[in-house]
Parts: sequence; structure tokens; C-alpha cells
Amino acid sequence: MAEPRRDVVITGIGIVSSLGEGLDAHWRKLEEARPGADSQTYAPCVVHPIVAIDFDKQIPKKGDQRQMEPWQRIGTYAAGLALENAGIKGNAELTSRMDMIVAAGGGERDATVDGAILTGMRSAPSKEDFINERLMSDLRPTLFLAQLSNLLAGNISIVHGVTGSSRTFMGEESSGFDAVRIALQRIQAGQSDITLVGGAHNGERKDMLMLYGAGGYTLKGGYSPVWDRAAQGGGFALGSLGAFLVLESREHAAARGATPIARLAAVLAESARRQDGQITAALDGMWERLAAANKIDEAHAAIISGASGAEPATAEERAFLGHHKALPVRATGSHIGHGPEPQFAMNIALAALALKHGRLFAPVPDPSGMEQPMNGALTQVVVTGVGHWRGEGLALVETAN
Amino acid sequence: MAAPRDSQGRPIVVVTGMGIVTSLGAGKADNWARLISGTSGIRAIKRFSTEGLKTKVAGTVDFVPCDPPAAAELAERLAELAAEEAIAESGLGSRGNFPGPLFLAVAPIELEWPQREALAQAAGANAGVTYDDLIRSANTGKFRNIHERFVFGSVGHHLADKFGTQGSPISLSTACASGASAIQLGLEGIRRGEIDAALCVGTDGSVNAESLIRFSLLSALSTQNEPASEASKPFSKNRDGFVMAEGAGALVLESYEHATARGAKILGVLEGCGELADSFHRTRSSPDGKPVIGCMRKALADAGITPDDVDYINAHGTSTPENDKMEAMSTAAVFGERMKTLPISSNKSMIGHTLSAAGAVEAVVTVMTLDHQRIPPTINYKVPDPTIQLDVVPNVARDAKMRHAISNSFGFGGQNVSLVFAREPA
Repeated sequence: MAEPRRDVVITGIGIVSSLGEGLDAHWRKLEEARPGADSQTYAPCVVHPIVAIDFDKQIPKKGDQRQMEPWQRIGTYAAGLALENAGIKGNAELTSRMDMIVAAGGGERDATVDGAILTGMRSAPSKEDFINERLMSDLRPTLFLAQLSNLLAGNISIVHGVTGSSRTFMGEESSGFDAVRIALQRIQAGQSDITLVGGAHNGERKDMLMLYGAGGYTLKGGYSPVWDRAAQGGGFALGSLGAFLVLESREHAAARGATPIARLAAVLAESARRQDGQITAALDGMWERLAAANKIDEAHAAIISGASGAEPATAEERAFLGHHKALPVRATGSHIGHGPEPQFAMNIALAALALKHGRLFAPVPDPSGMEQPMNGALTQVVVTGVGHWRGEGLALVETAN
Repeated sequence: MAAPRDSQGRPIVVVTGMGIVTSLGAGKADNWARLISGTSGIRAIKRFSTEGLKTKVAGTVDFVPCDPPAAAELAERLAELAAEEAIAESGLGSRGNFPGPLFLAVAPIELEWPQREALAQAAGANAGVTYDDLIRSANTGKFRNIHERFVFGSVGHHLADKFGTQGSPISLSTACASGASAIQLGLEGIRRGEIDAALCVGTDGSVNAESLIRFSLLSALSTQNEPASEASKPFSKNRDGFVMAEGAGALVLESYEHATARGAKILGVLEGCGELADSFHRTRSSPDGKPVIGCMRKALADAGITPDDVDYINAHGTSTPENDKMEAMSTAAVFGERMKTLPISSNKSMIGHTLSAAGAVEAVVTVMTLDHQRIPPTINYKVPDPTIQLDVVPNVARDAKMRHAISNSFGFGGQNVSLVFAREPA
């Protein structure tokens, strides 16, 4: 006999992006509907740069900060905000048994070293020997650790003392869906009481603009909202952002007197093979499973979409959204850009934030008409995620009670 | 009839299929024969120039064709071989339709020098090359294959497509504990009752110049290049670092109920798993060994057995001065006086350190060890370290009666995972 599944609530949120840091700053900017995009610095690509952060506030030792590349600093900072928001920062008894799942990319390059090697190898007698010589003398030994995917989790253990368990999922958007999904399932089943889950992404990276550019996925030629990029051939604007959630069983939260921000009811993930129409079918299938297990009150529900603008993913997600026209939609990619790994956790955080306010934030001025104002109370949010290349995810977030 | 449960009321998880490929060869039979004969797979690196490098040896897998020659591509080929063998042995599902999810331990993926060079050449920059040139080339649409090969999810999604695993494939990295973490995720999923079976794979094909240089700059690698076969010498006094290696291990995990219902042969039981992160340092273990001690104790408690029930330890045993000392101290703390006679051996003495794959490769060997009731040795054990009082099964394989074994995996970033296997259900 399977034991009844435990209720899971969100008791802490730590978010940082181009809009600011923390819940209040995000709410203000979302209401103002003024996306923070930069079309100049990385032209023709568009990015959403991270706001100025005083990293000392969450990573007090400069020595620790020096051991991290920006994506790790953003993540370690956001994790600290989440622990603080949950009221457990520095509570060693709790953090030492707290579980952790991080969705991570990695591999930030030293652009100067790479450029010098690519320049020099053109005239080197032996390219391989030249690469060896340059890397042996020019690579910082600790750069490797700043690149390793699992070292965001490692840094969170070191800086914030989260050591119950530590797992790092990789794989762009999918890693974000699965990190939250596994964290939820483990708490529901009693395999964990409290878990820190999330991720971080640095969008201001030329090596990533190169990789995603090679696939034809980056937005070029200036900013536009994600629903209105057809004329530009679609594409995403990479976003620098970090998002961590503290998930907890309802009993565990109650026992320590924590106030839930929202309830995480369900998370589903799929891997459609991506022939025509399969993304829409995967999302429809997950919606069916979600609706079968949870009553969705259409009058008080909305959709926070992880649509990135990448095609054909965004067009197929639109077809899916067309099956649920009663629900107002907001795409956060228009505001904060696309951070493949942390976007899903971020959107669950923003869903919880809207539920906390009891209403949905304003639509982005959008000629496509995809985003409509919502009047009235908000009690449920469905969060979508569609990987630019592979992976589909869906979550249901509800008011805490 | 009620479903069989373990001592804590959870579904029992068994191993019904295994596959392995290492520098020793492809397949369980070849690997076992060479492990038992004490053969080393470590040799001089031929794949790339080692001019100017301090370390010139590795446990490369050179017998598997790989095009393009990139770590992600080789990791995928190796994982395919191991998974194919494991699924075939399990007899589960049908071709291209495996009835469970994929948990894949894989090294972080990144673009390599041949791709960067191709992008730079296509840009035709006259002056110094910058990433702006590479982006310009990338944006031409002529390098789409680079994107698919070098996104982090590529190996996992490709394997999921090929073997028809269910749902979203999980790619994970917990550094050198990754393989064990993949197995742990499968175990947890079956225990939750969500799935009846899981395909757990660890793979690594990242012996290339830059990866080797990175570990070398951290002084983590052995620099004993002659003879190559003696570079990896875990627990020896003259150990001087680990030896990078490639390989893959795959396990089909299944609930005992599901396996017996279809009459599957049970190769071993995955009794439990322990995990504890270390907040001491990015590359070094806590000197008091507390996280590693706690990790092994959690694994034994999860398995519902005591230290006295353990008959063999498959060591992490990397051959670095620090790891082996810390592992000796920590096992002594967990197993007490018994540790002087409790056999503990390191497969890495022969295979080298297969990094992201190691936890899965060594789990496969641990189950084979229990099955054959014979312990692969720690080879190259010539100069005992007086501070390490262990029975490392030196140099020669040994028969032993064993019911329970523990397999340790520790990694950079404070990652520690221990798995407990048994020969048959309690």
C-alpha cells in the first residue's frame, strides 16, 4: 500500500534577475511591465543583464566569491535569499539535513585565453602542442572549479551549509523541470522533509550566445515581447537570473512555525521527440493528467508561460494555450529573458508571488493579443516550460490554504 | 499476496541487467576476466599530443569509433554499449521501448577546440580572433550540428530516444559520485512506487587535452608515466594522484515484485544508499572525515544492516594522497577494529578513474564480485603506507564468502554517495 502523499508548500523564495532582487522588486517591475533588455552590448543578440548585486550580503567571504564564475555567484546569492526568506538562514540544525537539487549549466570560458589560443594556433607549427603549452600556462587552476556544473551546489554547501544531500541536474530547460519535479516527489513520498531547489544562469556570456546561435535559437535585431517575434524569425534573449525555492512538507513547515507562500500541487515533465505537433501534444497530455488529479478553477486560474520565443517551440506552445483561452497568460521571458536551467523555478516563484498578492500582474504591451488583463482573484497558476530544443514541463501552484 | 517489502516497508529493489565498458574492454565477461587477473587498462595517451604535459597516461577507450572526436560523442557511444548489454541481459521491454525512465550520469558538456577552430576559420578574421567572430560564424546557420552535440541534454535525450525510456531523461552531475547518484535516483523512484524499473547509466569519455590539463593544474593526477600500468596505485605509500579514464556502466533496476513476476534472473539487490554533502572545501574532504563517515552510516541504516554485516568494500580508492588516507580513516571509524581484516579494494588501480561513470562502473563490478564470490585486487600495491592499515586485497584476486558489500563514491564539491548491495534478498 502506497502511503498517502504529503502536501508540499513553498516557504522560501530567492530570486534575482534583470528586474531586481527579491519578491517586492520583482512585483513592482512586473506591474510596471517594463522589461529590462539590452540590445546593444551583445548586438545583434539581445540579453537581459543582471541588476547590480552586492554579493557580500549573501557571500560574505571575498575568497568564496573569487572561486566562483558569475553564474555560480548569482545562484549562491539567490539560494541565500531563499534561505533568508524561509527564515532558516544560518540555522545549522536545519540546513545540515536540508536536501538540495540544482539545475545547472556550467563551463564559463575565459574568453581572453580562448581568443589568444585561436589566434596563435593559426601560425603554430603544431596546433596540439600549442594548445597544451598555452593552457598549461594561461588557465587559472581554479577556473575549472568555477566551471564545473555541480560546483554551484558545492558553493551553496560551503557558503550556506546546506549538506543533507546535493544533486545537480543538467540539460538546459529539462534540468529545471526535473529538479523541481524530483524535489516535490521526494517530499510527497517522505524521502525528504525540506529541499532547496533551483538554479542560476548567466546570459551575458558570448560562449553561450555562440552555442545557442549555432542552433539558430537567439533573438537578433532588437527586443520584442516573446509572442511578437515572428518578424525576427523567433529566438530567445538570454537572461541572467537565479531562482531558488524552499520546498517543505506542510507538517514540517507548521512544526517550525513557517508561513507557506504557496502550495506546489504538481510538476510533470516530458520529452517529446519534436516532430511536428509533438510539443503541443505533450503539453496537452500533461494538462490532461494535471486536470485529472487536480481541480482547475478556470475563473481564478492563470498561466505563467516559460515560452522563450524560440521556434517552433513557442508556436507549438501557443497552439496548446489556444486550448485554454479562458485562462489569462503571462510570458516571463518578455520581462527577464530566458535562463534555460532556472527559468522554471523562477516562474514557479513568480506564480507564488502572484498568488501571495491574490492577483495576476499586468500584461506586457503586446500587439499579438496573447496577454489580456485579468480582473478578480487568483488562486491557481499553471506554469509551463518548453525547452528550446527538447523537454516540456508543467507545474500547478496554488494558494497556500 | 502482499508485495515483498524491505525491513522498512519499501519495495525491494533488485538489479536484473548490467553492462560495462572500460579501458579493459567491452562487456561484463572481458572486464571481469581482466579485473580478476589484475590487468591494468592504463596506457600512454595516443589520442592527442602530450607534449609539454606532466601526465601522459590514461585509461582511454580507443576501440570504440567516435565521430566527431569529442567527449560528448564518446560518452554517448560508451553509454549505448553499456546500456545495450544491460537491457539485453534484463530481457525487459522490447527493442527501443524500455519501460522505465533514464537516469544518466554524464560529464558537463562543452564545445572543444576543433569546433572553436572551425568557427574561427569560417569567420575569416584577419586580426586577433574573438568570440564576436565565433558568434558571427555560428549565426550563419552552417553549424547547427554543433548546437545539438554540445547542449548538456544531448547525450541523455539521444539515449532516451534510442532505448525508448519513459518520460523525461535526467542527466546529472555530482562530479566523481555521479554514477552512484544516477543509481540512487532510480532506487528512490522505485521505492516511491512511481516506477517499476529504471535504466541507470554512468558514462565518461572526457580524456582530452584540456580536461587533463585542468586536473593537472589542480595537482590531482599521477605523473608516473613509466610504466603506465603502475601509475594508479591506491593505498600505496608512493601513490601520487589519480589516472583519468573512460568508460560506462549501466544497471537495470527493478522492483523485486516486478522482476519475479516476469521470472527475471536477479543479479543482486540494491539494499540501500547514503548521501551526505561536505561543506569543508571545493576539492578537499573535511579532515575529520565526518561527511564520509556519515554517508556510509546513512547507507547502512538505509539498507537496514549494521557494519558487521558488511563483507567487502569497493573503495572510491582514487590513488590520490588525500582521498585514500581519508577513506582509510573513515572506514576505520565506521567498521572499527574489523577494518584491519575487512577486504577493501580499488577497481581504479586497474581501470583508472572513470569520473562521472565511476560510481556506475564500480557498482557493476561490486555486483559481479558478490555474484562470483571473488574479490578483484588492488594492483600496484608494492609499497604499503604504514598509516593505512587496510586489507586492500593486494595484487591478487581472492575468493571470499560475501553477502553484503558497500561501494563508495566521493567527488569534488563535497559529493559523497555510498551504495549497499546484497547477493540476494534478505
